[in-house]
Amino acid sequence: MEKRVLFRSKWLPWVLIAPQLLIIGIFFFWPAAQAVLQSFQMEDAFGMSTEWVGLDNFRTLFADPTYLDSFYRTAIFSVLVAGIGIASSLALAIFADRIVRFAMVYKTLLIIPYAVAPVIAGVLWIFMFSPSIGVVAYFLDKLGYTWNHLMNENQAMALIVLASVWKQISYNFLFFLAGLQSIPKALIEAASIDGAGPWRRFWNIQLPLLSPTTFFLLVINIVYAFFDTFGIIDAATHGGPGQSTSILVYKVYLDGFKALDLGGSAAQSVILMCIVVVLTVIQFRYVEKKVQY
Amino acid sequence: MVDRNPWLSFFSHAVLILGVALVAFPLYLALVASTHTSTEIVQAPMPLLPGTHMWENYKEALLGSGKLGSNTNVVHMMWVSFVVAMIITVGKIAISLLSAFAIVYFRFPFKMVCFWAIFLTLMLPVEVRILPTYKVVAELGLLNSYAGLSLPLIASATATFLFRQFFLTVPDELVEAARIDGAGAMRFFKDILVPLSKTSIAALFVIQFIYGWNQYLWPLLMTTSEDMYPVVVGIKRMVAGGGEAAIDWNIVMATAILAMLPPTLVVMLMQKWFVKGLVDTEK
Repeated sequence: MEKRVLFRSKWLPWVLIAPQLLIIGIFFFWPAAQAVLQSFQMEDAFGMSTEWVGLDNFRTLFADPTYLDSFYRTAIFSVLVAGIGIASSLALAIFADRIVRFAMVYKTLLIIPYAVAPVIAGVLWIFMFSPSIGVVAYFLDKLGYTWNHLMNENQAMALIVLASVWKQISYNFLFFLAGLQSIPKALIEAASIDGAGPWRRFWNIQLPLLSPTTFFLLVINIVYAFFDTFGIIDAATHGGPGQSTSILVYKVYLDGFKALDLGGSAAQSVILMCIVVVLTVIQFRYVEKKVQY
Repeated sequence: MVDRNPWLSFFSHAVLILGVALVAFPLYLALVASTHTSTEIVQAPMPLLPGTHMWENYKEALLGSGKLGSNTNVVHMMWVSFVVAMIITVGKIAISLLSAFAIVYFRFPFKMVCFWAIFLTLMLPVEVRILPTYKVVAELGLLNSYAGLSLPLIASATATFLFRQFFLTVPDELVEAARIDGAGAMRFFKDILVPLSKTSIAALFVIQFIYGWNQYLWPLLMTTSEDMYPVVVGIKRMVAGGGEAAIDWNIVMATAILAMLPPTLVVMLMQKWFVKGLVDTEK
């Protein structure tokens, strides 16, 4: 990671790196350390006194069925978001890669959701699915299917999954398209001469060569489902009905800011941090090596 | 393409048109809703073709009349969003250029410690440490300020890594030549390295602008005064109160369209750099 030719100065590199170190020190490491510290403490409701309680916060958390539920729901949610998102955008990218005419038009229209804020995506989707005024809910009703995500837990989950997938399709699509276009044309042509049809070529050449991209997107999509969907959930379901769509990051917010359980919320933050660190390590171990068959 | 199968080509277009239609439908519906009166929208099913009240709705949304439960208007909220997005974008790019330059072109004690410290910030989004970050910002007296809205979001290293990757590909001969010509480190940085990084800077600009403009959780927590709400928070506030039928959906949708406009334009106009930035950051 180093250059052969280096500039020499004792103080200049420190001046250059100081602004970034200062900002991450104050707004990243300081709060992160506080979160870890707080997770071992119990604070009374008025913030007057704190008490060291060791692992009690963690024990309470893992004994709490709503927290375990939240774990389970986060897992289902992120698997659905990543799975549906990756599959549908791969399909779109495969077909977009095949065509020449209007390719730019399709691409431009497909990347717009990337620019939409998650919370606005949430608002757009409740507008379509609102049981009283939503146009999609209305037509579902005409087809004999009653939609009410305010009452039905599964429908609430389906709504946030759809909205989250919608928002993430652009990102996945761009990566798959870039991946497909970086596959050497000669490879495809050779297979074609050997008599492989489009399906065979996709299955035996393109898909295996896309495996690093797919794996990378899998990790990115899971991280996205874990954290970036906060706005969607807050606008669409508020974590309800009950706590049925209250995924981990939403619960940190609910318990910390709404219920003012600082120790519990901090413990949840620490657990979340551990999950992200693990995901990032996995990503770097595999993606940096560029898994390829 | 290798084989010109007209059926396959037809099928490809059909799939893509269907995909685009599904993806664009929520946006189309928002656009249609923003052109009707609020009573027209709450009738089920709402009209699926544009109406005639576009001008009034957008005027109402932009300038406000206090009907939405707040005295601030969208023009002001969009200004807040714009300032925050610009501080985040420019701030992040500036500090990242400098620190990446230090990391790549200098040797100094504790360099690896600094490197890993910066690297660690890649992993944890602000959502994970909201409560303690809130406390720190409150103690510094930065609640309801532009600094408080933007600084915690600058504290991550994506840009530093993109620039580092790029600097590593710049040939060493350029430094040698610059030194022979008598240029110092900062001269080399200003006259050679930054101009060479133009594409990366453009790419990061698009991504960071959208990131900053679309922030929701952090501004939601740390702004208590209405005139510091970014537009994204403002919209949520409009739909938060009352039952779903009581909401002025036409105004909400007009506001949503207005709030989507700047980031969408940035993405569409700078598509090339945007894609480059995305694909390069991650690899």
